[in-house]
Amino acid sequence: MSNKYHSRIYITLRSSVLDPAGVAVQSGLKQLGYQEVEEVRIGKYVEMTFNATDEAKAKEKVDFICDRLLANPVIENYSFELTNISN
Amino acid sequence: MKFGIIVFPGSNCDRDVAAVTRGILGQPTRMVWHQETEIKDIDIIVIPGGFSYGDYLRCGAIARFSPVIKSTIEHAKSGKYVLGICNGFQILTEIGLLPGALIRNQNLHFICDRVSLKIETTDLAWTGDYSKSQIITLPIAHGEGRYYADLDTIKELEDNQRVVFRYASEEGEIANIHNPNGSLNNIAGITNQRGNILGMMPHPERASDTLLGESDGLKLFESILSVTSSNC
Repeated sequence: MSNKYHSRIYITLRSSVLDPAGVAVQSGLKQLGYQEVEEVRIGKYVEMTFNATDEAKAKEKVDFICDRLLANPVIENYSFELTNISN
Repeated sequence: MKFGIIVFPGSNCDRDVAAVTRGILGQPTRMVWHQETEIKDIDIIVIPGGFSYGDYLRCGAIARFSPVIKSTIEHAKSGKYVLGICNGFQILTEIGLLPGALIRNQNLHFICDRVSLKIETTDLAWTGDYSKSQIITLPIAHGEGRYYADLDTIKELEDNQRVVFRYASEEGEIANIHNPNGSLNNIAGITNQRGNILGMMPHPERASDTLLGESDGLKLFESILSVTSSNC
């Protein structure tokens, strides 16, 4: 039987990769008065709804999709949350 | 020698390349739509600049899944020539034919400029007509051109003389101030181990016609032509 899943995927730059956009936002936050902000790193957020037979298969699917397309492993890491929304 | 220029939705330097290969050099040139798979008639594949698939997700990320890419990988693995310019270089890294990645320019600007480049190796089919350490001027036009790779990859590229072009001063000095986008080691273009695949951010096709003011890029096309023609 097929289940419907909703996945929230977070793609972040690897720590070794400089994030100039994050640095620019950090400087904006300083202008706003938030001197205490030590670092800003900007990533991507992707939501995806799909069918899978069970949770293990759903995880496997998201992993594959992230690795093949959504993230570039040379510069990015990813993590995700999965919710069964069949009901 | 037959050139094939891959056209993706969003490519915009395809006809500039054809103006050089067909117009200036008089070589047979075929525009190859990204849905095509039969490219065996082509000797030299050029993946041109532009914004394939609107640069959505990451530059070159979606182009990777076009049908023509599988044939391009086979073409490259058989030892035939592939040149990726700007977005074409980004696509070559996304499909894994060249290592590393091209990420957002360090200063966050889209840079449209003319830059000095040092020719680091002339032992390649692509650069045989230049002289070693020659300084040439080519245009760049990109927002994501900062070459990045892990330290082991950079070391491998350097140890094997796979860095072909480096951002430099007009005198050939390699320093941060001559690095427009923050590329590691001022890298502007690299090749694979075998030397048949070249990826570069600068645009040689935009500097190949003296009418446009500069022609330092023409030698790149002439180099590859002289090598491939003499092999036939």
